[in-house]
Amino acid sequence: MQTVHSPDFKRNATRAMADAGLQKALGTAKGAFLQRRAVAVANLPEFEQLRNIGRDIKNHTLANLDFYLETFAANVERAGGKVHWCSTAEEARETVLEICRSVGAKTVTKGKSMISEELGINDHLEHHGITPVETDLGEYILQLRQETPSHIIAPAFHLNREDWEADFRRLHTHLPKDRVFNERADIVAEARSTLRDKFLAADVGITGANFLIAETGSSVIVTNEGNGDLTQTLPKVHIALASIEKMVPTLEDACNMLRLLARSATGQDFSVYTTFSTGVRRQEDLDGPEQYHVVLVDNGRTNMLGTEFQEMLRCIRCAACMNHCPVYGAVGGHAYGWVYPGPMGSVLTPSLVGIDKTGLLPNASTFCGKCESVCPVKIPLPKLMRHWREREFERHLTPPTQRTNLAIWAYFAKRPALYRLATRLGIGALHLLARGRGAFASLPLAGGWTKGRDLPAPQGQTFMAAYAKAQRNKRGA
Amino acid sequence: MSKEAILNGIRRGLKRGPLPADQQAMLAGRLASHPRHLQPQRAQLPRAEQVALFLRNVEKEFGTVERVAGPEAVPGAVADYLAAQNLAPKFVLAPNPELWAMPWNERPMLEFRSGRAEAGDLVSVQHGFVGVAETGTLMLPAAAHRPTTLNLLPDTEIVVLKASRVVAGYEDAFDRLRAENADALTGGFMPRNVMFVTGPSRSADIEQTLELGAHGPRRLHIVLIDDDPSALPAG
Repeated sequence: MQTVHSPDFKRNATRAMADAGLQKALGTAKGAFLQRRAVAVANLPEFEQLRNIGRDIKNHTLANLDFYLETFAANVERAGGKVHWCSTAEEARETVLEICRSVGAKTVTKGKSMISEELGINDHLEHHGITPVETDLGEYILQLRQETPSHIIAPAFHLNREDWEADFRRLHTHLPKDRVFNERADIVAEARSTLRDKFLAADVGITGANFLIAETGSSVIVTNEGNGDLTQTLPKVHIALASIEKMVPTLEDACNMLRLLARSATGQDFSVYTTFSTGVRRQEDLDGPEQYHVVLVDNGRTNMLGTEFQEMLRCIRCAACMNHCPVYGAVGGHAYGWVYPGPMGSVLTPSLVGIDKTGLLPNASTFCGKCESVCPVKIPLPKLMRHWREREFERHLTPPTQRTNLAIWAYFAKRPALYRLATRLGIGALHLLARGRGAFASLPLAGGWTKGRDLPAPQGQTFMAAYAKAQRNKRGA
Repeated sequence: MSKEAILNGIRRGLKRGPLPADQQAMLAGRLASHPRHLQPQRAQLPRAEQVALFLRNVEKEFGTVERVAGPEAVPGAVADYLAAQNLAPKFVLAPNPELWAMPWNERPMLEFRSGRAEAGDLVSVQHGFVGVAETGTLMLPAAAHRPTTLNLLPDTEIVVLKASRVVAGYEDAFDRLRAENADALTGGFMPRNVMFVTGPSRSADIEQTLELGAHGPRRLHIVLIDDDPSALPAG
């Protein structure tokens, strides 16, 4: 699996906030998704009801996941495909390698797939002499740059147009050096023509799956570029990688999820290509793959069932939560240190790789609640992050000073009269100390806070006191 | 091995054994009846308005459209479209009997062949199965007479669709497929590949700004045959 860099979150975040190029890219990208989503949602009055239905479909599926997986597998096999059940990342990597070797594959084209990132498919294939070629535009440049995605649907979220031009000039050495990129379209056109030959030459095509459909044994991919379709149509072998929670029962269930997905993700009403693959090419077909493999991956998901984190398995990877997250917007995706960034990553990553290495992630949230409010399947992300903080505390993974402070706070919180007295004294003292200034630029014992921002000065009264006074006035009136 | 491990893992998590027979029968019943969920109102319209919504949505997604009175007008519309785009009058025509019954030879300049698309093909003329009004989406199920490569390899894809084949939502499109397509391999109705196509290929991977013409066709043009009197535009 991809190495976990999450223990370095604080250092990564600090570095990210000082990175002018990254900050420029985040600034450019931030507004685009938010505005487009808002318009798409406003244009579909039923959106809220569709969210509830989406949540219910996923809950129903998870409650009966064994049944639906077995039904799915039987239907894949009826259509001439093969299902490979893989408990671990190692098993999935070996399975993919074996399939590639069985047809003597030299090059493999790939559609964008986060589960492929999670499993580390590319490194494994390369290590064994098979060349993987990423064909999604964003993934393609990251492969050239030897970087990982910083966003789950827009992998090159952290790059600016200048980066693209520089990398293409540096690495596409078969093209004239003095060519001009007048506009973004020129960059897209160069990638298109460079990749076209790779599509045609590939022996195997590997895609992910946005959904698996039990009723028909189909895998579904959703793309705008058409790269995923070329990947799964041209080579003689199509491998679909999918984690087990991608399941939905019927085509009708999938239709409801699809109405949510594109709107939540890119703010489109529907993505350009939504494609259902079912088995191998039929005898009379003129194109399509001769082999169809579905690699079904657990890699930690079943451990989430029956826990408070089961709800996370509803996730359809739309990225709305990270698009709307103030923390993601400030530090970008790489700071999170593993495959899945943003709020969904802060819940999923600890589940898959352990809270001991990832405790900083669920703490990197202001709990503003925006992620939950835009989630198409209503995952209570702040609540789940809070559960991770509790687990972290219970397992004594929280740093000692934080534990001590929490213990002191808990002592007072359990004694309301004492708590009120202490807060009244503290706030009164700070009020006096402020001497009419609205904020403190520095304060003893609060250096960690005031290093980055001012501490607002209290108004002189606790909330409880102000509230009691208002109640008294109301009664008096 | 791993199949059992995963299924047992699921059951352990859900704190139960394999589902009892009656529960399995209930789930099988749900699969067999595949109930619909909420259908958006936006496409629940009288025929003429529904077809108009379909075409409006195609254009909103950067596709182009032309309406013709009957199948005999399609070759002319295709030839004129290619000329207007400064494209050579040369294309791959889907081996579909409806398309091949059209009077292509009345336009002597047209050069075309039947089959799937190959690397050098610049234009395809494809047979549209169904149009979905809700989002201006074409449903293009793979078949011997509707090769998938025609939707992917050429720079320009022209899709010929009958107005009587425009439906409200994706579920209506699947209902047509369920009713009309018999798949010999599975005994079901799904072919190897069912593509829903909404406008030409694009990417927003560079600075989240939309650029048309990524890996699929740069242009998507729909020639709509007005074969449905109730779907004609008013006036």
